[in-house]
Amino acid sequence: MRNLSALRRVDPVGKIEGNVPENMTTQPTASPQSADHKTLLAATDLASVRGERTLFADLNMHVRAGEVWQIEGPNGAGKSSLLRILTGLLAPQAGQIQFRGEPIQNCREAFHAELLFIGHKAGVKAELTAIENLEFYAAVQGQPISAPPYELLEKVGLVGLEDIPAQRLSAGQQRRIALARLWLTDAPLWILDEPFTALDVSGIALLEARFAEHVAAGGAIILTSHQAVNSAHFPLQRVQLRYQY
Amino acid sequence: MWRWLHPYAKSEATFALNQKLLPWFLIPGLVLTIVGVIWGLAYAPPDYQQGESYRIIFVHVPSAIWSMGFYVSMAIAGLIALVWQIRTAELALLAIAPVGAVLTFISLFTGAVWGQPMWGTWWVWDARLTSQLILLFLYLGVMALYVAFEDERAGGKAASILALVGVINIPIIHYSVYWWNTLHQQSTITKVITRFESPSIAPEMLWPLLVNIFAMMALAGALVIMRLNNELLRREVHRPWAQAILNQEKKENQNAV
Amino acid sequence: MVATRTVFLQLVKRDVRVALRQRSELLNPLIFLLIVVSLFPLGVGPGPDILARIAPGVIWVSALLSAMLGLDRLFRDDFRDGALEQMMLLPVSMEISVLAKIAVHWLLTALPVLLIAPLLALLLNLPTHAWGVLWLTLLFGTPVLSAAGAIGVALTVSLNKGGALLSLLLLPLLIPLLIFATAAVEAAVSGLSAAGPLALIGAFMVLSLTLAPFAVKAGLRVSVN
Repeated sequence: MRNLSALRRVDPVGKIEGNVPENMTTQPTASPQSADHKTLLAATDLASVRGERTLFADLNMHVRAGEVWQIEGPNGAGKSSLLRILTGLLAPQAGQIQFRGEPIQNCREAFHAELLFIGHKAGVKAELTAIENLEFYAAVQGQPISAPPYELLEKVGLVGLEDIPAQRLSAGQQRRIALARLWLTDAPLWILDEPFTALDVSGIALLEARFAEHVAAGGAIILTSHQAVNSAHFPLQRVQLRYQY
Repeated sequence: MWRWLHPYAKSEATFALNQKLLPWFLIPGLVLTIVGVIWGLAYAPPDYQQGESYRIIFVHVPSAIWSMGFYVSMAIAGLIALVWQIRTAELALLAIAPVGAVLTFISLFTGAVWGQPMWGTWWVWDARLTSQLILLFLYLGVMALYVAFEDERAGGKAASILALVGVINIPIIHYSVYWWNTLHQQSTITKVITRFESPSIAPEMLWPLLVNIFAMMALAGALVIMRLNNELLRREVHRPWAQAILNQEKKENQNAV
Repeated sequence: MVATRTVFLQLVKRDVRVALRQRSELLNPLIFLLIVVSLFPLGVGPGPDILARIAPGVIWVSALLSAMLGLDRLFRDDFRDGALEQMMLLPVSMEISVLAKIAVHWLLTALPVLLIAPLLALLLNLPTHAWGVLWLTLLFGTPVLSAAGAIGVALTVSLNKGGALLSLLLLPLLIPLLIFATAAVEAAVSGLSAAGPLALIGAFMVLSLTLAPFAVKAGLRVSVN
């Protein structure tokens, strides 16, 4: 538990964050208050304890527009917990999260209006068809779709399946329904838990193309993945979580 | 950073505070219980209507009063736990719940025992008995909800919410049961008991009753403090401060033997 | 920003749609209610007097128990498929979403009960002049069932064995409702004014609909953990 180097962030630019003490930071990372306007989500000194076990401590992240962050680590290291803490679903044991410089508990609704979270359980209603599911999420995010989005369904490979309740589709197809939301949103911040799970090669390529598009338009993505993410089209930052006892 | 991360320092402080408070509850509790019981059972005069059997009030009334009082204190602990996210308050809630439930059970049991000679039956749907029964269910709900959770923190929070919901409902339940009881009043004998608790009670009976009420509070309070400290030690048995205390106690026990 | 009203209506629309595609679950509580009510004459005898006397209590106790049956549908599926998390991330106050869930539960479980209430009254030989009051008690009382029920379900949704626990948590809280609802109907049967108990049930309704969303929100935050 006292292993202070348990967390380390290897950053291609050379900044070191993670739980390295602040005086060791090679490039003074801006404090959240004075963060440049591009910082979407800033997490300071986050810690999470599950039961008796500390998952992580003193975790710092500054997610700026145009960045993709990948959380890596073995099973049980706390990747999903970290994502859920960043969305505000879980309260951290310690630390603070700020969205555009404002603590998220003070601006929950504004924060969630600009956030798209797709968790491990994706929130697709099994009794509803792909179109019904998508129409619901588009409407509650304030971008209602008037006509059935056939083009999108074709793109994500669900064409011809639009009238079938989701429970009769395969796991990969259900996942595609959830991920189709990525084409229906203008939320700048995406937090995705294992987006590539159950997807085939073409699905992964499609998703990576959409990521590149989103980042190029000034969005930011935080994701977990067991697979290596093809970072040819966007800068990729990595956060390593280690399993701690 | 680590000091703030884990609220263990706080637990230790709570433990130390409890150790200081314990004698102030335990000693008066024990002394007053002995005084109150002897006074109530041997020296207080018999009741002109109920004879000797009324003496059960010296147990019944204190437990009934504090069963309600402890529920309120449990809900206050729950409020503190929820609003300020204080873990020791969650533990306090869990320490109070079984004590309160036992008090409720004692009041129900003594009520039934008292009912037998007075009403000729062990149970009547008297307003007091009924609302005590519901109170027992509320206590059991809080305890059952806590143990149903695998994660102790989540269980503690859920129990806190339920305790708060319950405390808002207690007055409503209480008064609706009274109203229901007068609506359906069938036995007039309960009025004998009801009259008994009006201020017209004789001072020779009132004083031992007050002593017993206070004694019950101190004794039950001491039990809560002891339960809370046990729980604190159990939860943090691997922490240095808990180890130190346990080792010291072990040594004392050996010396005593 | 998306309008609060839109989110409320969309949630209601989606959940009603989902429920209509699982019709058996929708009908179960109603069948249970009918069976319990028709068992009573078999148990206590078909004498019209005794039936009329116990009718208010029987109808209300059965309504309470059947509401318990359908209650865990309120958040159970949403918890399992992740829709609950998505609901908590909607850009509106969570109390609004919770109210939408309560409204859907009421529409799907209480509305059918209101529709078959005359049938229940008929089966139990309740005098016709008390039917209106019975119906009013159900109209004002069932939202309390849905709202208080939502608190219990929010607290137990993450537990595998929530069923019996749910009734232990909820039934004590619902006793005042039962007392005043039956009192109102009994008053109407004996030709007295039922305005007092009815007003109290109305007060319970307002109280539970205003306070329950906060407790439900806190409960869901514990359960989504």
